[in-house]
Amino acid sequence: MHIVVCIKQVPDSAQIRIHPVTNTIMRQGVPAIINPFDLFSLEEALRLKDKVGARVTVLTMGPPMAETSLRKALSLGADDAVLLTDRKFAGSDTLATSYALTSAIQKLAEEDPVDIVFCGKQTVDGDTAQVGPGIATRLGFEQLTYITKIEDLNTASKEIVVQRRSEGGVQVLKTKLPCMITMLEGTNTIRFGKMDDLFRAARYELKTWSRDFTGAEEGRVGLKGSPTVVSKVFVPKPRAEKAKMIEAASDTPDAMAAAAIDAIFAAQPKLADDLLARAAAGL
Amino acid sequence: MSEPSKPQGRKFQLPEHLKVYKNVWVIVEQERGIVHSVSLELLGEARKLADKLGVEVGAVVLGAESPDLNRICGDAISYGADIVYKVTDPALADYRTDPYCRVMTEVVNTHKPEIVLLGATTLGRDLAGAIATTLATGLTADCTELDIYADNRSLAATRPTFGGTLLCTIQTLAYRPQMATVRPRVMAMPERDDARTGRVVEIQPDLREEDIVTKVLNFIADREQNEAQLAFADIIVSAGKGLGKVENMKLVFDLARVLGAEVGVTRPLVQAGWATNDRQVGQTGKTVRPKLYIAAGISGAIQHRVGMEKSDLILAINTDPNATIFDFAHLGLVGDALKILPALTDAFGRRLSVNRMAG
Repeated sequence: MHIVVCIKQVPDSAQIRIHPVTNTIMRQGVPAIINPFDLFSLEEALRLKDKVGARVTVLTMGPPMAETSLRKALSLGADDAVLLTDRKFAGSDTLATSYALTSAIQKLAEEDPVDIVFCGKQTVDGDTAQVGPGIATRLGFEQLTYITKIEDLNTASKEIVVQRRSEGGVQVLKTKLPCMITMLEGTNTIRFGKMDDLFRAARYELKTWSRDFTGAEEGRVGLKGSPTVVSKVFVPKPRAEKAKMIEAASDTPDAMAAAAIDAIFAAQPKLADDLLARAAAGL
Repeated sequence: MSEPSKPQGRKFQLPEHLKVYKNVWVIVEQERGIVHSVSLELLGEARKLADKLGVEVGAVVLGAESPDLNRICGDAISYGADIVYKVTDPALADYRTDPYCRVMTEVVNTHKPEIVLLGATTLGRDLAGAIATTLATGLTADCTELDIYADNRSLAATRPTFGGTLLCTIQTLAYRPQMATVRPRVMAMPERDDARTGRVVEIQPDLREEDIVTKVLNFIADREQNEAQLAFADIIVSAGKGLGKVENMKLVFDLARVLGAEVGVTRPLVQAGWATNDRQVGQTGKTVRPKLYIAAGISGAIQHRVGMEKSDLILAINTDPNATIFDFAHLGLVGDALKILPALTDAFGRRLSVNRMAG
């Protein structure tokens, strides 16, 4: 079994701030982390490794500094790590990104066929959830998104049974490897690394691959290979009118509450009627 | 938001073979005879885009032949579609990526819509990511606003970016169709109009079950929903970090009980473990549009704002008179939510019970 886990190094979005004067993003000092959604998929891959035996390769596309995330994944128990990095990839949208990652997975498969690709459900910086399906479609792998549980994996028959979250319930699906899986958040908890793996991760010689190496066509990556463009980035305008500040008769909480309720009912008389009718009905 | 600014660059010039792409489509999401409300919301949005472009609205309804499916085709017309592409095959009874993707790719390539919209649900996101790849075109996820650039007729898809700290407008260059997903409740539900008429195009794809690798063994429908029903609540009382500590969540639940309201929270509270993620309002949580939204101790980060700014009436309570939330709330109260929440609970309780006695 060969499992590839695609991860992305992202800025810790909880710590991004906007410059109050220039309205630009202040990236300085924002720590980089493994996209939190990827950790559920990485943990599931490591559990399969523990259970049935597998080689787990982590793959990321990004700038050289994304090495940090790969070493972190190695310290948690991944066997190998590939950093796909090339200036030509800069500006890739999801279509171009899934193409580039697919070229690297195909390169990995030349040496050791890939049975399962895990991706994060989505990233916290892009929030698109499009790269996983893009990879599955390009590879012709069965696509299993929003998986809550891997019920069974038979390595001999190459069959896998999973539970998938859908809008009105849970689908139990049976399919064959190779497949691409994205795990739903909260389905497991990422392990603590072992000391041995920590040392191995520090010494590990990363595979650093370029576009030339994977054979990705130049016209299909980066800005050139991206159908979408960001035409503008902006801070949302405040509403034309700011909030009407409620003036209370005094500073006591009771006076403020009374004034607030008067203001609500004045603005939404129908809401007042609804609430009163509800109360009268004893609901 | 104002008219989108003028796009530049020659790559927007459509080559001849892409100029034939016409009409605005919605892929209608139905599972087991039930239409997801987001599909109807999208039909309303598609109608607006199509009217700007002077083209028709197409609805694609996929499934196994059934009376339910025919009813759904009729609903699609009542909610704004001019043409319904009714795609039926026993293999389409349950959603599976592979047959749905194959069929949709073929239907799009045959009928050539210029815009294709899907709900940002588990089905919509799964399918959109797959068909944007087979069609090799642009896809913008989780849009909060859709518009048309008047000069080149292309789609301006606006969505939050950088974890919901900023908004960006995304365009698809010389590729068609232009695809976008939109989350439930972001767009308004259109009025149903049973007088509307439209035509139904029947499509029977050539699918064979033995060619489909993935099998559905079982479907476990969600039982009585234990989860918070935020998306459709009339009143929501929401808490942010300003509440200080988890024990104070009780104040929010107390007020919600008196009002028959649901409780919402911001992302940091979910991350801190104060509430489960089914209560999260915002870009990575739920989008809501209640009649009344009470925001207690919420600063108003864009991540949260995009999930609730379409509420009919927003009352913000915050100690900081300069908090961002006062920029987009309708009513503001500067004060300590920890003191005002219990006072509101008491006052609402009194007013509503007085009426009950009188009535």
